[in-house]
Amino acid sequence: MGLVFYLISAFAVGGALAAVLLKNLVHAALALTIAFFGLALLFLRLDAQFAGFAQILVYVGAVAILVVFAILLTKGSEVPKDGVFSKSWLAGLAISAGVFAVLAWAVMQAAPSLPNESAVPSVSVNDIGNALMSRYVLPLEIIAVLLTAAPLGAVIVAMHEKAGKQEKLGAPGPGSPRTSSGSWGGDFVSETWETRKN
Amino acid sequence: MTERLDQIFVVLKHWLLGYLPESWQTPVGVVISVVCIIGLYPALFAITTVLERKGVGRIQNRLGPNRVGPYGILQPMADGIKSLTKEDIVPTSADAVVHFLAPIILVVTVFMGFAVLPMGRNMVLVDMDAGLLFYFAMGASTELSVFMAGWSSRNKYSLLGAMRAVAQMISYEVALLLSSVVIVMMTGSLSLVKIVEAQNHYSYGLPHWFIFTPWGFAAFIMYAIAGTAETNRSPFDLPEGESELVAGYHTEYSGFKFALFFLGEYVAMFSISGLGSTLFLGGWMAPFAALQFIPSWIWFFGKLFVSMGVFIWVRGTLPRLRQDQLMNFAWKFVLPMCLLNLFVAALWRFMGDGWLRWVVCSAILILAYVSIGREGMRRKQFGPRSYRYAE
Amino acid sequence: MPNPLSGYLIVAALIFAIGLAGALTRRNAIMVLIGIELMLNAANLNLIAFWRYGPHPELLTGMMFAIFSIAVAAAEAAVGLGLVISIYRHAKTSDVEQMNRMKG
Repeated sequence: MGLVFYLISAFAVGGALAAVLLKNLVHAALALTIAFFGLALLFLRLDAQFAGFAQILVYVGAVAILVVFAILLTKGSEVPKDGVFSKSWLAGLAISAGVFAVLAWAVMQAAPSLPNESAVPSVSVNDIGNALMSRYVLPLEIIAVLLTAAPLGAVIVAMHEKAGKQEKLGAPGPGSPRTSSGSWGGDFVSETWETRKN
Repeated sequence: MTERLDQIFVVLKHWLLGYLPESWQTPVGVVISVVCIIGLYPALFAITTVLERKGVGRIQNRLGPNRVGPYGILQPMADGIKSLTKEDIVPTSADAVVHFLAPIILVVTVFMGFAVLPMGRNMVLVDMDAGLLFYFAMGASTELSVFMAGWSSRNKYSLLGAMRAVAQMISYEVALLLSSVVIVMMTGSLSLVKIVEAQNHYSYGLPHWFIFTPWGFAAFIMYAIAGTAETNRSPFDLPEGESELVAGYHTEYSGFKFALFFLGEYVAMFSISGLGSTLFLGGWMAPFAALQFIPSWIWFFGKLFVSMGVFIWVRGTLPRLRQDQLMNFAWKFVLPMCLLNLFVAALWRFMGDGWLRWVVCSAILILAYVSIGREGMRRKQFGPRSYRYAE
Repeated sequence: MPNPLSGYLIVAALIFAIGLAGALTRRNAIMVLIGIELMLNAANLNLIAFWRYGPHPELLTGMMFAIFSIAVAAAEAAVGLGLVISIYRHAKTSDVEQMNRMKG
């Protein structure tokens, strides 16, 4: 195990705890990136270079930014007055403590019989690429379809509903000199602006 | 002799390490390399700031700095002393911890990218199997520091600048990744050392750089555009457009922290240029077989300076884009072209040798450029500006 | 720890429990999503740990599962946050306790 493992684990768990406990949502999102980063370090410690870097690229580079954008667009950076935890927080805490207790008990019970191949697996990025293109090609294609469909769906869901109803997207209503307003960029800017003004 | 000059830094490091006990050699070797990188690039940054101010001054028909030292070449010293002695002001309402961490995280992540860049023959800190992925993972982490800087300042200009910067960096990072994926497809490796070696042969005295192929050229153009946007340089410098946002996300930074932002921005430019020359321009290779006697590291840093010169030239020449133009350009031109380029690269690979693939691939790319770029962008680009207000 | 694998499993269980607690106790919908992301990450850690210490690492099964799960989680985050923004626009709140009506 060693000291490094304990340090990285403390880093990741501390980040996760802070992400859940901090009152300010932006702080929570930043703590979440600490947790993601700590987990990526754990992946690297497990000799999974590719997965670790992919974790940093996807989570720190994209998901954290998305979360932060969503927080700012929903005015989440202000701490609400009536508390951040729900009324049934005790039940939630009890459930998660129970889940942890069961998982930890199971791991401890199974510890002697767990697999323990200490040899470092010699897996290069080439092997991963070959596996992706041969054995795992079907999941890869499905992921590709999912990753195309999901952002499109997200954009449609989050797209601004026109208040006036007569203005449909792409068809400028009477009297409005909009030419390129259906564009993503224009839409985005006005969205941030609007939520700021509301 | 040429061999020795080429490897002079490697030999020097080994000679220094030879005096140490066996168990110390690896950690001390890493420390020496890291210290060299951390010392070298700020020095280059200082030179570049003078070059930039002089160059842009020349383009704008003025003299540029000419008071400190001969021809003003000691200007960076004066700037450095000024930024070190200036008062470090933190706004009272600012989020002190995040405000403090943002420039540090920016500089650290930017410097991490150099770990995998080969700066000469055998001159790379770590030859990682997934080097390119590591580089992009580190590049993606800088976005968060920009957001942290803008948000923690509690200033609307900072926040707007940060949101613009993050939106822009995310959009162009997709293009940056996709244009580099073409190279990975061709070399079959994510290791930057192997990518340079794949370009390391000559025919008729001319090098086999990836830029000298249709798909490589297209990818290089896309990479250059995306890289300029990624480093927030003009003409994509809206996040810090002084006419609308004061100074963008680092409005509320002063003194040394501002200097760190400035340093981070320039070092990111070096890093993007270095990666670009590694991927497309043969890294540390000489441009002609006859010039191979010149040491490899001179070529790498020469290419770095040429691309910095191009950055400065572009800054002095092009006007700033508007936010909607920027986003349109990213999603409606650069991204489709990058995706098409992937297809063209695959076609190139499977068509085998011969002149036919040159014709077919070039034709597809030129047709796409004309149809997407010329016709598709024509009406959108300079149409009347549309305003939408909150209802 | 008798076995290195069990250490990783305990850490993963801890992060999973923290994520679950966050998803169950926070009021803000975005915080619920953050909790879900933490749980997904904990599952990934399990997959990678079992891949590393399992008998056949060269088959890459656990690693591939983790990589695909990272990709799915990215898509999930995009859709989830899009939903939160759209609900916020509609109800002017992102508090899950106030979203107790099915009638818009």
